[in-house]
Amino acid sequence: MKSQRTLAYLLLLPSTLFLLAFFVVPFIQVAWLGLTVEGQPTFQHFQTLSADWKFGPAMKNTFMLVGILVPLQVIFALAMAQMVAKLERARDIILYIWTIPLGVSDLAAGLIWLAILEQTGFLNSFLNAVGLIKGQVNWLQYGNMWALLTAVVLAEIWRSTALMLVILVAGMGLIPKEYAEAAEVFGAGPWKRFFKVTLPLLKPSLQTALILRTILAFEVFGVAAALTGTNLPVLLGETFNWQFNLQDRSVASAYALIVLAISVAFTLVFLRVLRVRSEQRA
Amino acid sequence: MNPSKASRHLFTAGVVLICAWVLVPIYLVLVNTLSTPAEVTGWPKSFFPSFHLDSLKFFINYAGVLKALGNSLFVAVLTMVMAIVMGAPAGYALARFDFPGKGAFRLLVLMTRAFPLPLLALPLAVFFIRSGLDDTIFALALVHSTLALPFAILVTFSLFSGIPVELEEAAWTLGCNRIQAFWKVVMPLALPGIAASGVFAFVTSWNEVFAAAVLTIENKTLTAFLIQSLDYSPAPLKFAGAAVLVLPALIFLFAVRKYLFSLWGIANR
Repeated sequence: MKSQRTLAYLLLLPSTLFLLAFFVVPFIQVAWLGLTVEGQPTFQHFQTLSADWKFGPAMKNTFMLVGILVPLQVIFALAMAQMVAKLERARDIILYIWTIPLGVSDLAAGLIWLAILEQTGFLNSFLNAVGLIKGQVNWLQYGNMWALLTAVVLAEIWRSTALMLVILVAGMGLIPKEYAEAAEVFGAGPWKRFFKVTLPLLKPSLQTALILRTILAFEVFGVAAALTGTNLPVLLGETFNWQFNLQDRSVASAYALIVLAISVAFTLVFLRVLRVRSEQRA
Repeated sequence: MNPSKASRHLFTAGVVLICAWVLVPIYLVLVNTLSTPAEVTGWPKSFFPSFHLDSLKFFINYAGVLKALGNSLFVAVLTMVMAIVMGAPAGYALARFDFPGKGAFRLLVLMTRAFPLPLLALPLAVFFIRSGLDDTIFALALVHSTLALPFAILVTFSLFSGIPVELEEAAWTLGCNRIQAFWKVVMPLALPGIAASGVFAFVTSWNEVFAAAVLTIENKTLTAFLIQSLDYSPAPLKFAGAAVLVLPALIFLFAVRKYLFSLWGIANR
């Protein structure tokens, strides 16, 4: 027993040390960077960043993106997962195709949708060819906030719904078929079966999918940069700007602290609202 | 047509439509990649490529691209190795042993999910400068490993949990010691799954943008190169870059599609 315990600790040692050094310690450091000046505690960096005119728009845009994106993705991913469950033929190849975007970075997704939405892009070429528009429309015009937002939401739905889909499909695979069958015997229709049987049993997977997606959605960066340049400021884009272009690590760290606080808050909300009792975890 | 047949057609149409929604954008960026630079910036666009390699040649010959490509590959391989070498033993320990602190370790691993990890590149940049690791492939691979390691631990945990401990015990009674039993019995069964979790680690690093852009200046990865040059890089460069970013991930995902749901989906719960 004792040698087993030693072996277990030895096996865990490298990853524990690694996570302490590169996950726990950097957190303390980022708080230190964002909250001190020459060793003295201060809110100065937060004052600097909130005085910048881009802070308000970055905050607003990021929250709007997450608020539009994540609910839509939950609906699409649930619908797609239900379709997967009903597939009779070619299930493997269809699943592969639907999960392809899982391997696409947000930068690449942004560039791909730029090819479609740019002024001389494929959307305009298509609309022009079928006669719906004449000439070119500048969809990604500076100042047209809603158009820019829609472009980023489209690209993100295209790219990252697959992440939710994978988690939900795996979760549905763990639900015994007997439950739905029993509900059917008692006369429950498809919608009732979905809302009264599948959805409650899917709660643990739904919780994970929501936490992962929401946190990743607040990290939106590459998509927005590729599609809008700096015309649609987002939180991580501004963090990058302060760190890389303005060379002010403290203000960048203050931005990072804001994103961190938002992420942790949302995780706690999802853990609380979609509370899973331990016996519900299959 | 009876209603059930109609609804089946509707269902099939929906499935095909979603497939098209995923595939058409990738096809279109490939059309751009396989057309001449003049066609890429031209109007109106053709929906079929002219199969010219000029855009790709322009991309490859653009100053810094080849080096960035090599750096991306190098960081991804290094991340993969670090994630597996540290993660698989931890996954095995979680699957096989009970010990005080197990809960705390799992909590540490799960907690990484609640945080936007690429942001840690900011404080680590300071640390890397102090230790002389700034702007190196290795430093970036360390940050990417914080993203890939928790995954690798959870995936190998669910993998090893699926291999009956009785198989190992049988090997012990037949005269194997613990290490021999592991290599001869467990490893052959676990290897494909471990390779799959390695692929996930590779793709995670290959696709990462923020930390790469913050931490690399001279030794840019492809994502860092593309994002830092967005303002001035010509269109053919962007689209060929996107295609080159996407293709390896497609191939690797195809190779591990079997494990996507069985391991990745479940380990992620």
